[in-house]
Amino acid sequence: MKNSQLKILTPLIWAIVCFCSCSKQLNLQPVNSDVANVQYSSLAGYKQALAKVYGSYSLISSSGTGNSDVSFAGISDVGVTDFFRAFWNVEDLTTDEAICAWNDADLQSLHNMDWTSTNLYVHAIYARSLYQITVCNEFIRQSTDGELSSRGITGDDADQVRHFRAEARFLRAYQYWVLMDLFGNPPFVTDKDPIGKYIPQQISRDSLFNYVESELIAIQPDLIAPKQNEYARADQAADWALLARLYLNAEVYTGNQRYTDAITYANKVINAGYSLMPDYKNLFTSDNNLNNPEVILPIAYDATESQSYGGSTFLICSAHGTDPTDDAAFGIPGGGWLGNRSVQNLPLLFGTNYSSSPDGRALFGPGTLAVNDVLDFTQGVEVYKFSNVTSTGQTQYSPNGVLCSTDLPIFRLAEMYLTYAEAVLRGGSGGDINTAVSYINTLRERAYGNTSGDITAGQLTLPFILDERGRELYWEGFRRTDLIRFGDFTNASYLWPWKGGVQAGAGVDSHYNLFPIPAAEITANPNLKQNPGY
Amino acid sequence: MNTKNVLKRSALVFFVCLLFSVIAFGQTKIISGKVTDAATGNPLSGVSILIKGTTNGILTNHEGLFRLPITAKDTALLFSYVGYLSQDVPISNGNINVALQEANGSLEQVVVIGYGTQQKKDLTGAITTINSKDFQKGSITSPEGLIAGKIAGVSVTSNGGSPGSGSVIRIRGIGSLNASNDPLIVIDGLPLSGNNIYGVSDPLSLINPNDIASITVLKDAASAAIYGSRASNGVILITTKKGGNGKPAFSFTTNNSVSKIIKENDVLSPDQFRQYVDANGDSSFQALLGNANTDWQKQIYQAALTTDNNLSVSGSIKKNTPYRVSADYLNQQGILKTDNLKRETIGLSLNPKLLNNHLKIDLNLNGSFFQRRYANGAAISSSVYFDPTQPVYDASSPYGGYFEWASKDPNSGAVTLNKLAPRNPVALLNLYSNTAKAERSYGSVKFDYSLPFLPDLHAVLNLGYDVSSGNGKILVPAYAAQNYLDTGQDNQYRNQNTDVVSEFYLNYDKDLKSIKSNINATAGYGYYNNYSKDYNYPDIRANEDTVPGSQPLFPYDIQENTLLSFYARAIYTYDNKFILAASIRRDGSSKFAPNVRWGTFPSIAFTWKINQENFLVHSNALSELNLRLSYGVAGNQDGISNYAYQPVYSIGDNSSRVLFGSTYYNMATPSAYDADLKWEQTATYNAGIDYGFIHNRINGSLDFYYKKTTNLLNTIPIPAGSNFSSTILTNIGDMNNKGVEFSINAAVIKNKHFEWDVSFNGSYNINRITNITATKDPSYPGTLTGNGVIQINSVGYSANSFYVYHQEYNKSGNPIEGVYADLNGDGIINQNDLYHYESPFPKWVYGFSTQFRLNKWTLSTVLRANVGNYVYDGTATGAIESNILNPLGYLANVFPEVLKTHFYYSQPYSDYYVQNASFLKMDNIGLSYNVGAIFHNEANLVVNAHCQNVFTITKYTGIDPEIYGGIDNTVYPVARIYSLGLTIGF
Repeated sequence: MKNSQLKILTPLIWAIVCFCSCSKQLNLQPVNSDVANVQYSSLAGYKQALAKVYGSYSLISSSGTGNSDVSFAGISDVGVTDFFRAFWNVEDLTTDEAICAWNDADLQSLHNMDWTSTNLYVHAIYARSLYQITVCNEFIRQSTDGELSSRGITGDDADQVRHFRAEARFLRAYQYWVLMDLFGNPPFVTDKDPIGKYIPQQISRDSLFNYVESELIAIQPDLIAPKQNEYARADQAADWALLARLYLNAEVYTGNQRYTDAITYANKVINAGYSLMPDYKNLFTSDNNLNNPEVILPIAYDATESQSYGGSTFLICSAHGTDPTDDAAFGIPGGGWLGNRSVQNLPLLFGTNYSSSPDGRALFGPGTLAVNDVLDFTQGVEVYKFSNVTSTGQTQYSPNGVLCSTDLPIFRLAEMYLTYAEAVLRGGSGGDINTAVSYINTLRERAYGNTSGDITAGQLTLPFILDERGRELYWEGFRRTDLIRFGDFTNASYLWPWKGGVQAGAGVDSHYNLFPIPAAEITANPNLKQNPGY
Repeated sequence: MNTKNVLKRSALVFFVCLLFSVIAFGQTKIISGKVTDAATGNPLSGVSILIKGTTNGILTNHEGLFRLPITAKDTALLFSYVGYLSQDVPISNGNINVALQEANGSLEQVVVIGYGTQQKKDLTGAITTINSKDFQKGSITSPEGLIAGKIAGVSVTSNGGSPGSGSVIRIRGIGSLNASNDPLIVIDGLPLSGNNIYGVSDPLSLINPNDIASITVLKDAASAAIYGSRASNGVILITTKKGGNGKPAFSFTTNNSVSKIIKENDVLSPDQFRQYVDANGDSSFQALLGNANTDWQKQIYQAALTTDNNLSVSGSIKKNTPYRVSADYLNQQGILKTDNLKRETIGLSLNPKLLNNHLKIDLNLNGSFFQRRYANGAAISSSVYFDPTQPVYDASSPYGGYFEWASKDPNSGAVTLNKLAPRNPVALLNLYSNTAKAERSYGSVKFDYSLPFLPDLHAVLNLGYDVSSGNGKILVPAYAAQNYLDTGQDNQYRNQNTDVVSEFYLNYDKDLKSIKSNINATAGYGYYNNYSKDYNYPDIRANEDTVPGSQPLFPYDIQENTLLSFYARAIYTYDNKFILAASIRRDGSSKFAPNVRWGTFPSIAFTWKINQENFLVHSNALSELNLRLSYGVAGNQDGISNYAYQPVYSIGDNSSRVLFGSTYYNMATPSAYDADLKWEQTATYNAGIDYGFIHNRINGSLDFYYKKTTNLLNTIPIPAGSNFSSTILTNIGDMNNKGVEFSINAAVIKNKHFEWDVSFNGSYNINRITNITATKDPSYPGTLTGNGVIQINSVGYSANSFYVYHQEYNKSGNPIEGVYADLNGDGIINQNDLYHYESPFPKWVYGFSTQFRLNKWTLSTVLRANVGNYVYDGTATGAIESNILNPLGYLANVFPEVLKTHFYYSQPYSDYYVQNASFLKMDNIGLSYNVGAIFHNEANLVVNAHCQNVFTITKYTGIDPEIYGGIDNTVYPVARIYSLGLTIGF
């Protein structure tokens, strides 16, 4: 071979050599993300992961308002997958508290009470709850003592992570309570189950009750004492408040009354140092994260840092029309969405003169009592409870005049007062009627600004409790659960406009007391059995 | 950037040197003659004449004449010309006059296949080649447009009329649900990654169609399987034009056109609109009416000009280095005002033969520079809906002087924009500036070395690169109503792509005359890396403030994937009658976990050349009859995420942080993954015949195929709680495509004065999903597709079937609002009454081309038809009364259809909007006149005139029935184009 030929061949040979050593080139990693051992190598890494544990219910994704952690066919607006928005849609829109003007068949079927297993909004809360559970499971798996020591996290740092871990278990228990309440018999996955294409088993409602109860009791020592944790993180009082809520509804969930336990845990919260926010409406203003003595655990939102079209942005924007003056007054100059307002039952809890009620909780705007056309926002009474303006009247900054910064309480002291009173009335021991009346009157004195609204022990009846819960907790995600506990959700005994899809209101079959497992889930998970009636 | 600048500069220097190089050499004797077309007697210009056994040669001039210096030892000349049969002619004294036989659809034609070439008559797979003379003509600015309607089983559907928006190419239907359905495109051996270039709608639009010599489509898996994992959607091989012999031959082509909108959406006229509002609206609506008469669609569309100019020179440096250089300038306006595209491309091809022809080098280098202003597409639907009684301009408007829906406080005079109303279409265009620039350079060099001690063995090294970058800026002033909430924008975007290819293979081609056999074997190795870098920028307002929360956490993201391949193929031919071909490819992909990342893709094919049998070989009528049988498996991994098998944590955006105490924390989010993710596989069975009669004046083929895709890459809902997502991309499901393809080409008349050629092709394809879930569940309705709920993937139906309610009609035949058939008879109309109604994919696709030549005049046309395709007219769903009298405080125009349906609310799930969109289109009609020699025989001139998108016959009521995917949401309309062009050769 000539030299010149060799010269030409050299690159060929070089290329061949270079080819044959590159099987490893197939191991490529994304540049902006880390494997678990890198992410969990420090306390700061654990705290970022804990942020996701909480962010799974305060935000829809880790990448802005246009993406969601959960997705399923039929979603055109990912905002509906936000936890509080999804929870509110099934808890309040299905009741006498709210009706929506948006022309969306699945959304309308919530108030009409004719939802099916393919309902988008039912799927949204189901998927969101289980998503947070999955994220909690991962955190719990990654934060065992074994993992901590293998990653060299010790001492004070390890103690902090143990608190994180208890909080992840608390949030998991909270979401299992949500699923137990809405769906009865959801799938059950814990940190013991793998990630992948695992097919979870279904759990029965009473077994799930026992699990949630045992978890909440087990984690108490690892949770931080009441009011001692950072804002918007769960502490022991949140744990007790959830136990109180669980026990108050135990008869619905398991058939067994647990009112005594409800009193026990409500008492623990009441005695933990919380007090009512002096002015009711300041519970729902955009500075409610500051100096708030009443809220036990909120979900925190921020128009800049924690953007979401769910949560308070949804509650505030969907409750307003396009009147620029009105929108500006509630801190959303970017405009209202012409969606949710109330049917007549809610304002009438405050009397026919609800717009001038002495009860300061009657925060209503314009709109007719009668709703002849569901899709006309001006029919129905606007709810002015939530606002993106501060308690001193300052409009909270919003980058587009739509996103809001108001936090939403998921546990607050007032609920514990009402729980105590109801549990006493329902025969629980460990409490007394006079204390119950005094708790109720504490709430009413805040509402009225004086004692003119006080009630007597004789007036404190179960129907009064249901109405009082409506007045105190409306639009906060309680109503469906309350109506079921009182037997009023599906029965014809209690009606509201467009209940059952009829303007005058009509009862529906009792199977609507539980939501259906989403049809797509039934297909994806052969272990699941559909709830009766769907 | 740097690499590209260097490339740009060195390419320029090189071209300049080339153009000025003049090579002279001494001769001993001159031989001359003339080359003509055997059928017509017309002179052929540009025919390559090579002295046999050397690399010396020349091209014929415009009159078919040539003069060539020869030496005494030269014995014969080889005449070759694209599209004609080559001829060996012994050198004799005196003139040599040669008549070349046209290879119209000829089986002698050489066809590129993966890693080699084959004669068309020896093909074993379903392969179709279209040469430049058969391309679609007129103003075609992107390569795929050249073959629209020309190949059975290949559909090219335009993405709309925006310049450079490209087309969707599908070969034999769709084979995948969630991975890519795009065929692999290979230019001169360089496979393109299809990576998105920011600012460029379709990366193919950066390729100059004038440089393309032929396009070959590998349709069945047997021929495509050599491309392994990327071949399941078929392969398109683009071969560019190469250099010639001898003196530089220049060719200048210019094409100038004007494009016009074919059909506006039919909306209520201003008077009809006023009448409607006066008759149906209360005083609050009547007060909103304006006094103007505005045709909003006229306001946004324009007659658009396009000029495309191409200069090329080809020849040979010394005797052994053919070259071709080509430069092209395209300037294309869109019919939507403000829409514009400018493209400059430059291409170089060098094909030196060194070391006594033992080493052949093929070098191709290409550069494109692209400038684009994108019009705001939102103006298109807005122009349909905007109130025709409002003026375009309003001097008192604070929104840039354009009329917008707003309310004025009677006391303060403060104007408040109606945030939910549509925006003024003209303002949407004029106050929106989205300008992009992109650069791309791609090229390859192939060294083909035949070993001196074993000349039948070739070692081939092929190195290729494709680098591109795109960037752009979107400017909207703060006062513009369109970005009112964000007070304007000054945003930018940018990315870079680098793709690298290296392949090395050995080819052994040996005639074994003693046993009447030929063996052609190839084995090789390939490395393919695609790398892209996307930059992140914060959202900036018009006043240069950063939108809070939009500051990106990372300056950029990198996406990369690598593919390694081993491949081998053997073709055995016995007695020129039987051909057996087999190939195997083993691919490893970085997209899959180590234990599942390697896939094996085999193929086997057999051809029986029946006409070579003794009983047929002397037949005059039958010139060709081949029976082909093939089976092959190809894979697919394109169009899926690069890292989907890995469990990783990503840090969330700054706008998605979580408050603890008084500090906001970025979230570390675990991503969903499927550790077992692997290849999707498509097996294709193909049986076909190629036929030719009367010296192949009539020829064509007939193919039957069955394609079965298994382990579909399918995004399915997974049990909640089992992963960090509600859906996951995994391998679940099966789908098949069955079809028939037929083509016939005929030279009906062929003589000196008159020629008439006809080509027709037709194909039938039916797509069925046979499984879609991990667990068999007959009650599962299917997976809804896209973000709407109009289409569904269900077992037993075509992919993307429409899933709608069955509309009920009143006695006069008009649909009744909200009344649907209770299909399951349970007394309730709900989701359970949705049904599968037709599919957006055509069952039959036809193409027809014909060409008449009378002396110097040539008339040609191309027609296409699709039958059985359905389209959902999404635009018409907005034709509702509550849009005209909108409770949100504005008026909006709609289609006159509302006067018939009287729908108050939108009924988007009604089958009323799903229409049969079968069509017949005339793509092109053109006339050209071959002027012949001009400037004292110094040059040759052809002039032509074309009209594109001439007419459409369809029952579909929307603007255009041809919409890929079947959802019509006010697309950018395809324009009718009138063009004039000329080609000068000198």
